[in-house]
Amino acid sequence: MRKQIEGSAAVAQAVALARPEVICAYPISPQTHIVEALSAIVKSGDLQPCEFVNVESEFAAMSVAIGASAAGARAYTATASQGLLFMVEAVYNASGLGLPIVMTVANRAIGAPINIWNDHSDSMSQRDSGWIQLYAEDNQEAVDLHIQAFKLAETVSLPVMVCMDGFILTHAVEEVEMPDQATVDAFLPAFEPRQVLDPAEPVSIGAMVGPEAFMEVRYLAHRRQMEALEVIPAIAAEYGAVTGRVRDGLISRYRLDDAEIVVVALGSVIGTLQDTVDALREQGVLVGVLGITSFRPFPLESVRDALAGARSVVVLEKALAVGIGGIVANNVRTAVAGLAIDVRTVIAGLGGRPILGESLAEMIRGVDDLDELTFLDLRTELVERELQRNRATRRSGPTAENLLRDVGAVGDPLSVRMPR
Amino acid sequence: MDKPFAITLDAGSSLANKTGSWRTERPLYLNSLPPCNDACPAGENIQGWLYEAEEGQYQRAWQLLVADNPFPAIMGRVCYHPCQTACNRAQLDQPVGINSVERFLGDVALQEGWQLPVEAVDSGKRVLVVGAGPSGLSAAYHLRRAGHHVVIHDAGPKSGGMMRFGIPSYRLPRDILDAEIQRILDAGVELHLDSPVTDVMAAKAEGGFDAVFVAVGAQVGKRAYVPAGESAKILDAVSLLRDMEGQQAPRLGRRVVVYGGGNTAMDAARTAKRLGAEEAIVVYRRTRDRMPAHDVEVQEALEEGVLIRWLSTIKDVDAGSMTVERMELDDSGFPQPTGEFEELEADSLVLALGQDTDLSLMQDVDGIEISDGVVHVDEGMMTGAEGIFAGGDMVPSERTVTVAVGHGKQAARNIDGWLRGIPFEHAPRPPLATFDRLNTWYYTDAPKTVRPTLDSARRVSTFDEVKQGLDEQTAVYEARRCLSCGNCFGCDNCFGVCPDNAVLKLPRGSAEGDNGRDYAFDLDYCKGCGICVSECPSGAIIMIPEA
Amino acid sequence: MHSLFGNAAAVATGVFAAMRAKGRDTRVVAQAGDGGTVDIGLGPLSGMFERNDDVLFICYDNEAYMNTGVQRSGATPPAARTATTQAVGEHPGNVFGQGKDLPRIAMAHEIPYVATATVADLRDLEAKVEKAMAIRGARYIHVLVPCPLGWGSASKDTILLARLAQQSGLFPVFEAEFGEVTAVLPIRRRVPVTEYLQPQKRYAHLFGQTPDTETIERIQAQADRNLSRYHIDEVEI
Repeated sequence: MRKQIEGSAAVAQAVALARPEVICAYPISPQTHIVEALSAIVKSGDLQPCEFVNVESEFAAMSVAIGASAAGARAYTATASQGLLFMVEAVYNASGLGLPIVMTVANRAIGAPINIWNDHSDSMSQRDSGWIQLYAEDNQEAVDLHIQAFKLAETVSLPVMVCMDGFILTHAVEEVEMPDQATVDAFLPAFEPRQVLDPAEPVSIGAMVGPEAFMEVRYLAHRRQMEALEVIPAIAAEYGAVTGRVRDGLISRYRLDDAEIVVVALGSVIGTLQDTVDALREQGVLVGVLGITSFRPFPLESVRDALAGARSVVVLEKALAVGIGGIVANNVRTAVAGLAIDVRTVIAGLGGRPILGESLAEMIRGVDDLDELTFLDLRTELVERELQRNRATRRSGPTAENLLRDVGAVGDPLSVRMPR
Repeated sequence: MDKPFAITLDAGSSLANKTGSWRTERPLYLNSLPPCNDACPAGENIQGWLYEAEEGQYQRAWQLLVADNPFPAIMGRVCYHPCQTACNRAQLDQPVGINSVERFLGDVALQEGWQLPVEAVDSGKRVLVVGAGPSGLSAAYHLRRAGHHVVIHDAGPKSGGMMRFGIPSYRLPRDILDAEIQRILDAGVELHLDSPVTDVMAAKAEGGFDAVFVAVGAQVGKRAYVPAGESAKILDAVSLLRDMEGQQAPRLGRRVVVYGGGNTAMDAARTAKRLGAEEAIVVYRRTRDRMPAHDVEVQEALEEGVLIRWLSTIKDVDAGSMTVERMELDDSGFPQPTGEFEELEADSLVLALGQDTDLSLMQDVDGIEISDGVVHVDEGMMTGAEGIFAGGDMVPSERTVTVAVGHGKQAARNIDGWLRGIPFEHAPRPPLATFDRLNTWYYTDAPKTVRPTLDSARRVSTFDEVKQGLDEQTAVYEARRCLSCGNCFGCDNCFGVCPDNAVLKLPRGSAEGDNGRDYAFDLDYCKGCGICVSECPSGAIIMIPEA
Repeated sequence: MHSLFGNAAAVATGVFAAMRAKGRDTRVVAQAGDGGTVDIGLGPLSGMFERNDDVLFICYDNEAYMNTGVQRSGATPPAARTATTQAVGEHPGNVFGQGKDLPRIAMAHEIPYVATATVADLRDLEAKVEKAMAIRGARYIHVLVPCPLGWGSASKDTILLARLAQQSGLFPVFEAEFGEVTAVLPIRRRVPVTEYLQPQKRYAHLFGQTPDTETIERIQAQADRNLSRYHIDEVEI
């Protein structure tokens, strides 16, 4: 059924279609609408059996999911930003124990300074946590990825993080095609846990593993993610067969066939990029977009294939590895190692900074002049003023405060006008 | 279940950590000797039968009891219970009323008609027992149980010896006495009354006996010289008590003086009271703390109105009165005359100055040594004459029924060994279970959390002084007051407190554990912390260095 | 199942939620030490209490982080020496403070059942666990467990010390239902706190050549306050 619906509500409905048995959540913007909607679905009795547990922290949210999953229940939670960081210990624990939990990350920046707007700093910080990470380009894909995520998690016995851009997707009302319950039920069988806490068959889950086997445990986790590289497209194909929405699962290709320049990106910015590409193509620039849906496991081969014909690659990132630059770019470089391709990193949209089509087009046109690391639409005048101050006084201090003062209280065209 | 590698393990996987390798000392279950058992002249396993009794297993308790002493109902009335004096519980609150539980078991056995078991194969040996007193009957019983043919000869008209002729019936009802003796006879012991043995060697030869146990007792009252007028009425306590068993009660008059300070003196005075004497006065030359009579007897006598004149001797006696001299104790505690005299009105004087034995039956036997009126025996109760054993009041020892019963058992064991050519050897005595080895917390804890009804048990714990029998409930509770000193009573404490689950609980009564216990230590995991030893209520576990 | 140091209560909630969703009556017990309970695990524990999830949480309190080498926890008593509250300086050992009295914090949540116990009375502990398992909702049992290494006491005295903790009044053993104390284990043989403190090397600095009577009196005052606070009777047996 096609609906005009807010992204969060659509994801909540998709999660409910997957029949989770335990949902636990602690509120944090911009995830709140998802769990609010789910709480209503559970409380109204529309989703049964399901327990909705209001926990006192994200650490508890993930812990409840761990307990529920270990006891054989399909478990779901959602978070963002600081919330994800607060649960990190449990995030690693869930993957280490191989528990197929599904979690939505409504991507948001990480403080300090406090910032509630979108970027990918939160989920990127968990790229090595052992979770599978899928990034949605739009709300339709967010819906579809959530339903597939449960099947994927339970097939490979690993937790799956579905990342969707906070506000940009979560709060955007778009047309979404919602699968019906029968379709989802046919696609997603009941959870058959690989291991389960059951007094009838006692086991000890979470044993200490010493140097004699720890490496092997980690290697096996890696192996399982490598296996997921085959499972993900298979599930995507299966899902496409029943819904008509066929996707690769690992990557998305847009006008790549004859592209000399390829922009690599994750999430909602791909839509803007596609528009930009269309405009540039009309001007004769041979440019395409490679979207990475599965960031973990990272589809090295698919990316290499997709980029093999390109002359120049720009990795557009919504996160920054402070002290080196790009995160995704590093992975892409690994994928194209040995090919004669320039890979440049463009950091964009941090903390909710709008990524404008105009800026993208300009950046692509000037790709050959790009530094290896570029910050898109960086307000250099603000930076310069602060750097000057620092040179003058050589004191550490609240950089953010100084910058805000320079920006002025209100009225700046790039200033804060984001939905709450 | 398809368990993930290494992370998820089967239950019990931590058993791979064998904490036993840390150990430098190991615990060991070890029986030690409870002070009650140690003090019992009859060698009863008191702690053992109390344990059965507290479980409500009365017949098993009784069987364990009669393995050492065939007279529980009698003991429960006349024994001076040195076990209770020794009882560790006295240091906690009050001793366990062992004697009253024994009486309860004895009475139940008589009511139920439980018989003494004789299971041994007939040995073909014949043993003559001279004297049907406690010692002789005890020996006869134990010899019979060992498979020997036993014949008792007694000079008197009735069996029981001093149990009948020395102990008043208000302390030992005759139906009880008769029933417990009859039970021995029912076990196959032959008894001949009114058949005195005058020459032990002749009787042995005549009857074709392989061994003889002589236990003729000390039946002859000692006569001290007291100047007396012709009409003075003087008799001895033994005769008085013996005459009580006759057809006609002795006449003593309105005022009776008993001379002496032993239990017999008390019995004589209390008997005089019961015979109608208005006044029964015991005259004793020393003080109460030096009196040989047991405190209980003195107390009961006083309660019954018997008067006692301490530090007094009788100088002379005449019809209706006597002269008493006041004494003083010298530095060594010996009474010395003071020269102060007093007249005492009295119709009769009963002498209770001790008893002598009549040893004429073995006077001339080669090797038998008699001195100070008693026969000397070796460790195995044998006299200097081969095959002639002796015990009870006629050998040097304390003269009580229980000691006599113990002699009977000892003699029987030695006779049996001698007959079989395998000298009897005492099992080595385990160390004494002293009070300091107990963890008494658990016993006093009992009323509140473990056995809430024990509170009432404690309140009735002094019933033995009332001299009533116990009903079943109180008997069980009293038995439960036993601390089981030095012996595991299956409380599960060691099992519970062991931090390593290294105490294995075996099926109750399986005795497959260490030293026959229902528990064993799993040395793979026992790290030797010693908590089980500290927390064993009864001190039944010790630590020993690791070899 | 072992998940993390501080999340036992939340994991237990997850298992409980799973069981309820599946319509199963498997009951859930969570266990942690004093650190995992009063310190790092307090948040999830409080959340579990507040939601009244059907979980029995048992805290084994040995009054410090023993596994990592005897560091102070929120349950470490005043004046006790630990590796992070050394017996040096003007006020040796742990500071005097309110202490983190978890049983009373649990009671403040008005959960159906809160109990304390010690390893010195296993039958009492057993009875409390049985009682707790007969009740639905969040339940909490706090068990005092001496640690020979951390307390500096003889291994064999482990049970004895637990007993003395209760008999001195320092560790009140009680039950509470819906926030109200309903039963208190009486003290049978009241002992001064010194009898409890002295066998423990973690208090050795109180008993030097000149005993620290002021500190000992403050500890005694805590025991005395417990007696009046919990109306602990001293019974003669």
